[in-house]
Amino acid sequence: MTNPTGIGASLRRKEDLRFITGSGNYVSDITRPNMAMGAFLRSPHAHARIKQIDAAAALALPGVVAVLTGEDLKADGVGGLPCAWPVTGKGGTATKEPAHPALAQGKVRCVGDAVAFVIADTLEQARAAAEAVVVDYDVLHAVVGVLDALKPGAPAVFDDIPDNICVDWELGDKHATDAAFKKAAHVARISLVNNRLVGNPMEPRAVIGEYDRARAHYTMWSTTQFPHIVKLLMGNFVLNIPQHKLRVVSPDVGGGFGVKQFHYAEEAVVTWAAAKVGRPVKWVCERSEGFISDAHGRDHVTEAELALDETGKFLGLRVTTIANMGGYLSTFGPNIPTNLYGPLLAGVYTTPAIYCEVKAVFTNTLPVDAYRGAGRPEATFVLERLVDVAAMEMGIDKADIRRKNMIRPEAYPYQTPVMMQYDSGDPIGCLDKALVAADWAGFPQRKADSSRRGKYRGIGLCTYVEACGLAPSRIAIRLGVRGGLFESATVRVHPTGHVTVLMGTHSHGQGHETTCAQIVSEKLGIPADNVEIVFGDTDKVQFGLGTYGSRSAAVGGSALVKASEKVIVKGKKIAAHMLEASDTDIEFKGGVFSVAGTDRQKTFGEVALSAHFPADYPLEILEPGLEEQAFYDPVNFTFPCGAHIAEVEIDPETGTVELLGYVAIDDVGTVINPMIVEGQIHGGVAQGVGQALFEDCVYDEESGQLLSGSFMDYCMPRADNLPNMTVETHITACTHNALGVKGCGEVGTIASPATVINAVVDALAHLGVTHVDMPASPNRIWHIIQSAGAATR
Amino acid sequence: MQINFKVNGKPVSIAVAPNELVSELVRERLGLTGTHVGCDTSQCGACVVHIDGLSVKSCTALAVTLDGASVTTIEGLAKGNTLHPMQKAFTENHGLQCGFCTPGMIMSAIEFAERNPQPTPEGVRRWLEGNICRCTGYQNIVASVMAGAAAMQTKGA
Amino acid sequence: MRSFDYQRPASLAEVSAALAATPEARLLAGGMTLIPTLKMRLASPTALVDLGGLAELRGIRVGNGVVTVGAMTRHTDIERSAAVRGAIPALAELAAGIGDPQVRNRGTIGGSIANNDPSADYPAAVLGLAASVTTNKRTIPADDFFVSMFETALGAGEIITAVSFPVPLAAAYEKFRSPASRYALVGVFVARTSAGVRIAVTGAAPCVFRATSIEAALSEKFAPEAVARVRVAAKGLNADMHGDADYRAHLIGVLARRAVDRALATSGKR
Repeated sequence: MTNPTGIGASLRRKEDLRFITGSGNYVSDITRPNMAMGAFLRSPHAHARIKQIDAAAALALPGVVAVLTGEDLKADGVGGLPCAWPVTGKGGTATKEPAHPALAQGKVRCVGDAVAFVIADTLEQARAAAEAVVVDYDVLHAVVGVLDALKPGAPAVFDDIPDNICVDWELGDKHATDAAFKKAAHVARISLVNNRLVGNPMEPRAVIGEYDRARAHYTMWSTTQFPHIVKLLMGNFVLNIPQHKLRVVSPDVGGGFGVKQFHYAEEAVVTWAAAKVGRPVKWVCERSEGFISDAHGRDHVTEAELALDETGKFLGLRVTTIANMGGYLSTFGPNIPTNLYGPLLAGVYTTPAIYCEVKAVFTNTLPVDAYRGAGRPEATFVLERLVDVAAMEMGIDKADIRRKNMIRPEAYPYQTPVMMQYDSGDPIGCLDKALVAADWAGFPQRKADSSRRGKYRGIGLCTYVEACGLAPSRIAIRLGVRGGLFESATVRVHPTGHVTVLMGTHSHGQGHETTCAQIVSEKLGIPADNVEIVFGDTDKVQFGLGTYGSRSAAVGGSALVKASEKVIVKGKKIAAHMLEASDTDIEFKGGVFSVAGTDRQKTFGEVALSAHFPADYPLEILEPGLEEQAFYDPVNFTFPCGAHIAEVEIDPETGTVELLGYVAIDDVGTVINPMIVEGQIHGGVAQGVGQALFEDCVYDEESGQLLSGSFMDYCMPRADNLPNMTVETHITACTHNALGVKGCGEVGTIASPATVINAVVDALAHLGVTHVDMPASPNRIWHIIQSAGAATR
Repeated sequence: MQINFKVNGKPVSIAVAPNELVSELVRERLGLTGTHVGCDTSQCGACVVHIDGLSVKSCTALAVTLDGASVTTIEGLAKGNTLHPMQKAFTENHGLQCGFCTPGMIMSAIEFAERNPQPTPEGVRRWLEGNICRCTGYQNIVASVMAGAAAMQTKGA
Repeated sequence: MRSFDYQRPASLAEVSAALAATPEARLLAGGMTLIPTLKMRLASPTALVDLGGLAELRGIRVGNGVVTVGAMTRHTDIERSAAVRGAIPALAELAAGIGDPQVRNRGTIGGSIANNDPSADYPAAVLGLAASVTTNKRTIPADDFFVSMFETALGAGEIITAVSFPVPLAAAYEKFRSPASRYALVGVFVARTSAGVRIAVTGAAPCVFRATSIEAALSEKFAPEAVARVRVAAKGLNADMHGDADYRAHLIGVLARRAVDRALATSGKR
């Protein structure tokens, strides 16, 4: 009998009831007694020296409690924001990690750089006072583009880093790759830009700081994806708060997508300020403020070449990328375009030689860090665009060239030339399934129909691999991370057999309260309704690393399995005593402990009760109680892979690209809740489609002003921009974790930009177009068609 | 200024400042935090409530104009433990993930259903122009609204 | 939002008195532009005079070949008015495409044209249909009403009470939405009236304007192919990250042609 609330069930989400009735508890919903409100004064300039800050007029306004600046931070000995994942560059060079003060000190380095924090009784008073703070700036030349930042004589973002280079990194065998190119029959080349994005979770960030003087204890509520990490980084490196005197609470969080997995300046400032003014202080980011204070994503400029033999077999890949770090290093900044990018350039192919070099550079823009996919969408975009260019130039079918180069199922585990060993996968199976689901063969007919209506139709294919389930601590530490990457779970069995689970991961839309309960239901044989999942409070939950990089099921889920198994082991001992048998003879199945081969049994609830009322209990050899904790450190990343196909139609008169259909076939490993997995893929694809067709974070190159600074100019995908998608899985189980899970949170975002742009280029191929930069906006496409028309006229 | 109005069927008499928004009034002073604020340019729709039966962005309406009006927020939809059909449809069709846009989505969807006796998925997508979701890719939201609209017709809600 | 006083008069006379007493006051109609502007602290009037209490400013009348719409009539009312749909379907369709449903539930025609946002929809209909704008003081022909960006012929203390649209022989509005804001990147209102063809363009320039070259071509022959021969100049048109001036100029032609096509289809003259 299958468990109706176990693994594989499309269980309705346990968390939904509070959200659909308006009873969620987001940080901005929380009010503390005697709470003051804060507002940040932010730099209007991209690059300037601060000559003077005059807060006198602001302090004289009604309700104003304090105006705090970088000088106050300095006076209190508050540290800068740390970078948690620097990397080692060419020849062992270290990542340059310039100081990152939580409020600007001496200089501002991007529009939005926080200059002062104003606290007042009401938000309106704080805003009015922030307007009244007078800052005297000496405006400097700004640099916003990565190519400009590398030019001789470019403005230096940091005075002591004149070339603006943060780190110059490489991966792979340069000589082997050069040799591969020497024997190539064909070399395909591409130059491309991976457009800068703003993650924009629908809930803006928010922080409340509170200080209990009598206990010398701080509490911070923050919209963070990883409360324990913020607690460690902020407490230990910035504010000097002993870890046992700091509690970080991250309650309901309205979407993260990576944007909320960094330790932000506002967290430190608000927490510090609360102690300083002796009142709880709340700051809620406005959307337009989020555009100039959330870390941004992507922003690469890349040149890449693929060497092929005469049959279309890949011989070598060479990639040169310049990645924007912005005006400061965000928490994981340098790691994203290096460790999370280079190793993914192998894709699902057997390319024997790969060499990649990445220059990470400083500019006068917001810091750039992980955004859903983080490095892997960028790698996939380079590789899959290049494969299409090669196929077009060599006259090979785009599916055939991929199939010819794919890793065959029997070749797993597969060691790539760039670090990774893929444990499992069947990319050819994914591809074949996608071609059928998208009716690849019927496309010429549909294209002809579109042509008759004066429209250009295109179909695009992309295969991908991603590395998620971050990850083995030992490898990650070797790659530069300053911490571990394990995960934790506690299974607390109540005397009644009900279970509370404490997870070190954090759910902000992914539905962990449901999927984790399903894992427990499966393991302990109790209904998921009898399981409550707790996360997001460092006072309740043991140390955990939080949620990012599609790690919660693969790493957190594995810790949960481990903790559940410990409960079973102890339960067997208790049951053995109750049933007067040896614990080696006890079987546990479907929530029942039984003596093998007999009908003697005790339910899970009876065992739990005995553990808590140990009247007849082997106290001499066994502790009472039934609560187990596990920490799990994986042995490898997990490697979801898949094949996606998009079909578009372009109106050549207006340049509008309509996405007509989308097929996603993904190997995400074992599926715990198919409904939730499908939803994750829908959302991931939508975000990637957003990058491909709509979203663009644009700075004015002269002034460094953000031109797309609100939803009025930054195009968020709407319901009418997207089609219904066909989402299916093609599963091979992960071989190195107990559940066989890989991860599903980012696959959609990783595959879809290349998929959609390949379709757009296909639609325009008859005009000689070989590449289209993102987003493929109507204005851009119309101009491409015009210039192609002019060229052929 | 003193205003009298109804919120979720209950009469309220309260003094409001002229520059107070409906979103601020319901969230901060009436404790109805289910109404969310996700942008400052009146585009995201997380703050949608009903005023006299019409969906309105509460971040773009002055509280002082509510005098004599009847307001329904997400908290006012369920009757005791019985969910509104549209709420039910959202959970049954996995029409929400992080839940932040959900209250506005549901409030907006209810007016859509009331206005469109023969709803289509395309019509739902057009109607939701003023409601942004970052999590779901909208597919399950569209399914939810279609199901919720059908259920509202059946129940005469 | 900075603080301000608020008044809700019950008659036009009271509105005039309020405006006279507080010259810094702003009129509040639907608030769909004014409230966001106040929230962004881009304006700080000392007082708002709310027109919401004036029942006399609401309503739609159709008669004698004219559709008269009260200034405080909401977009949703026009969108759903059977009378408007019957007389000038293009006007109802334009209203149905303004903003999003929540904007249409609050926004008013008077507020829209008094604000004269360069990318608003109603100015195109008012100018295209040669409507007249009635105020508490006079009646202003559309050709004189829209002066420049966010500027109209309205004087101090002047309040729009109604807009009167002569029923055309055929009309249609075609809009290309700016991808992010969904405002008109370009909107073209085409009207064939007994007095001639009128083409009003919004979104493309700092202020709504008549595309006289297209009007001339369509006056010779009211047909889509007539538009195709006209090249619209890009000079003086708006440019932003969503569309440069060349693109906007091109869209004017495309949308005008599509609007003519639709006007013909709607009026059954094809």
